[in-house]
Amino acid sequence: MHAPEQALAERARLALDNQFLRKAVRFTVDRLRNAKSASAAALGDFEAWRERGRESRAHTIANLDRYLGEFASNLERRGGVIHFAADAAEASAICVSLARERGAKLAVKSKSMVSEEIGLNPAFEAAGIEALETDLGEWIVQLAHEAPAHIILPCIHKSRSEIRALFEAHAGEKLDEATATLAGYARRKLREKFLQADIGISGCNFAVASTGSIVMFTNEGNGRLVTTLPRTHIVLMGMERIVPDLAELALMAELLPRSATGQKLTTYMNVISGPRREGEADGPDELHVVVVDNGRSRQLGDADFQAILHCIRCGACLNVCPVYRQIGGHAYGSVYPGPIGAVLNPLFEPERELATELADASSLCGACAVACPVKIPIHDMLVKLRERNAARPTASRGTRLWMELAAGVLASPGMFAAAGRLARFAQRATIGDGSRWRWLGTRLPLAGAWLRERRLPRAPRRSFRELWPELEREVRR
Amino acid sequence: MPRGNAITTRAMRVALFITCLADQLYPEVGVSMVRVLRRLGCEVSFSPAQTCCGQPLYNAGFVPESRRVARALLDALEGDAHVVSPSGSCVAMLKHSYPSLFAEDPGQLERARALIARTHEFSQFLVNVLGVEDVGASRACRATYQPSCHGMRMLGVGDEPLRLLGKVRGLELLPLDNAQDCCGFGGLFSVKQAEISGAMVAEKSACVTRSAADTLVGTDLGCLMNIAGHLRERGAAIEALHLAQVLDSGHARA
Repeated sequence: MHAPEQALAERARLALDNQFLRKAVRFTVDRLRNAKSASAAALGDFEAWRERGRESRAHTIANLDRYLGEFASNLERRGGVIHFAADAAEASAICVSLARERGAKLAVKSKSMVSEEIGLNPAFEAAGIEALETDLGEWIVQLAHEAPAHIILPCIHKSRSEIRALFEAHAGEKLDEATATLAGYARRKLREKFLQADIGISGCNFAVASTGSIVMFTNEGNGRLVTTLPRTHIVLMGMERIVPDLAELALMAELLPRSATGQKLTTYMNVISGPRREGEADGPDELHVVVVDNGRSRQLGDADFQAILHCIRCGACLNVCPVYRQIGGHAYGSVYPGPIGAVLNPLFEPERELATELADASSLCGACAVACPVKIPIHDMLVKLRERNAARPTASRGTRLWMELAAGVLASPGMFAAAGRLARFAQRATIGDGSRWRWLGTRLPLAGAWLRERRLPRAPRRSFRELWPELEREVRR
Repeated sequence: MPRGNAITTRAMRVALFITCLADQLYPEVGVSMVRVLRRLGCEVSFSPAQTCCGQPLYNAGFVPESRRVARALLDALEGDAHVVSPSGSCVAMLKHSYPSLFAEDPGQLERARALIARTHEFSQFLVNVLGVEDVGASRACRATYQPSCHGMRMLGVGDEPLRLLGKVRGLELLPLDNAQDCCGFGGLFSVKQAEISGAMVAEKSACVTRSAADTLVGTDLGCLMNIAGHLRERGAAIEALHLAQVLDSGHARA
C-alpha cells in the first residue's frame, strides 16, 4: 500500500517539509482537543467516567469469547449471518465472494478502518467490483488515491483548494471553493451511486451481545443510506468491538463522541438489529457481519498488550500527541496512525520491520494515555514494544553494544565519575556548546543529531559530586 | 533566613537524588537545591555512590541493562531519609517503572517500594511535605513555566511550582501557550528521531518566545536542556532555569 517502504525518519521528513499539512493538522487537532476538554468537563468528573469505561472494556475483553458467542447467536436469531475471518486476506475474500455471488457491480461504503486494515478496496478492484467511499473525507482520500490520515478525520491534511482540484478532475468541469458547491457536488454524485449500489459495506463502532445489534456513530447521512438502500449490507467488525448490553452501550455513547469530536452525541447513532423484517419499509434483505481477528486474538492473555483491545477508536490520542501534531498520519506508513497506531500496527503486523519501528515514534510524554477514555497505558506499551524490538534477531548489534557499555558505566560510580570528567573535558576542549568546530560536532554520534537544531549545555569544570565536599563544609562553618 | 511559614518547618533529613544530568551538566542546580533545602531547615546529605535511574536504557527497551543501573541506585539511596530530586522524570522512573522492573525479585522489589515511598520531586517535596510556598526568594524577572510531561502526568505535579513561583518577590508569571505539549526531548528520542524532535522543540520555543518571558522555569533538566539549546541556537535572549535556581535567588550567600 505504501510502496516502496521508507523508514520512519524519511517519512517524517517528507511530512515535516509540507508546511501546509503541518498547519492544517495543528489547526484541526487543536480544535478537536479543545472541544473534547470542554465536553468532558461538561460531563462532570471525567476521571470517574474513564474508570468506568476502563472497567467496562476490561470486563468485556476478559470475557470476549462468551460475548462474541452471545452476539453471534442473537444476530442469527434476528436473521443476520455471521462470518469469522482469521486474517485480512480471509476477511476480504469473504466480502468479495458475497459480492460475486450476488452479481454485484457496485458497493457503497461508509467509513471503516477495518476495511482499510484488510485492504478491501484493492480486493474489490481486483475482482472488478467498484467499491466507493461515501463518507465525504473518505471519498476525498479515495479520489486522491491516498489512505486516511486520521482515524476519524481521514482528510485532515487536505486544503479546500486541493479538494476542489480533486472534485474538478472528477467532474471534468470548473467548481468554486464554496463549501456549498463542494459538498453539493459530492452529495449529487454520491446520491446517484447510493441508488445504483448492490451492496452496502459499513464498519461498526460497537456490537451489542445481548441484542445482536450493530451500532454506528456517524455525522453524515451516508451511513444510513449505505445500511438501508442496497439489498445486501455487509458489516466489517474488529472482533473486540463487542459491548455486553445496551447499558454498557450507553456508557460508551458518553465516552466515544466526546473523546472523538467533543460532541455530546454524534448527529446519527444507528442501532441496526437484523435485516428488514416482514412489513418493514426500509432495510436490506440480507445482513452479513464479518468478524475480523487479524492479530487481535493473539493479544488475549498477554498481560502487556491485552488492554489494546479495549480501544474504542475515538482518536483522542492522536489529537493530543505532540508527534502526530508535527507529522500527521501518513508518516506512520501504516493503517492506524498516531499513538494507538504505533501500538496496533506492530501488534497486527509483527513481521513488518517498518511497522515495528513505530514504537520509536514517541517521546513517551504520556499525553495519549491521559487522553484515552478507557485508560489504555499506551506509553507503557510503546516501551514494551521497544523491549521486543531490542530482542529481535534483526536488532542492531552496535546499539546493543553501546547500551551494554552504558549500563556498565552507569552501574559503577567510579567509572561514571571518570567518564563524565573525561567527556566534559573533551567537550570544553573541542566543540564547546556546539558553536565551535561544527564540522566535528555535527559528525559525532548522538551530539551530531542534537546539534542540527540546538546547542549543547556548556560543560562545567566540576560536577556536583566534585562540588559536594565544599558544600558539605558550608554548613559546618 | 526563611520567612513566613517556612520558619515553622522542623528539621528533616533529606538525601539528594541529584540525577546524572544535574550531576554532570547542571551542578549549579544541585547547589541551589541544597541551599534552598538548608534554609528550610533540612539536613541535606549526598551519596556519591549514585549515578542514574536507568531510564535511558529502560525507554530504549534494554530492560536487563536498565535493571542493573536501577539496582545500583537502590544501593546508593539506601536509608530512611526523604529522597528529593530536581527531576520529575527520574522520580517517575522510580515510582512508575521500578515496580515492574523488579517484579520478579521480591527482595529488590521491597527495597524499591521503600525507596519509592520516601522519594519526592523537588517542588512536591517543598509544597506537599514541608508545607512551604514562600521560601523568601526574590528575583526581578518575567517568567514562564513549562510543566514537564512525566512530572505532570506520572507524578501529578500540578500547581506546586506555580505556587512557589507566585511567592517569589519581583517575579512576574506569564502564561505559556500549549504548555501541556511535550518539548520533544524524550531522551534518546531527541537523537533517534532528531527531525521530529526538532520540529517539536521548535514549536515549544516559539511558544516560549511568544510568552514575552525573559526566563523559562522548569522542573526537569532534560526538557530545559532541550528548550534552552534551541532558544540559544536561535539567538533568543531567554534564560532557562530550574525552579531551584529561582527559589535560591535574592539571598545573601551563607
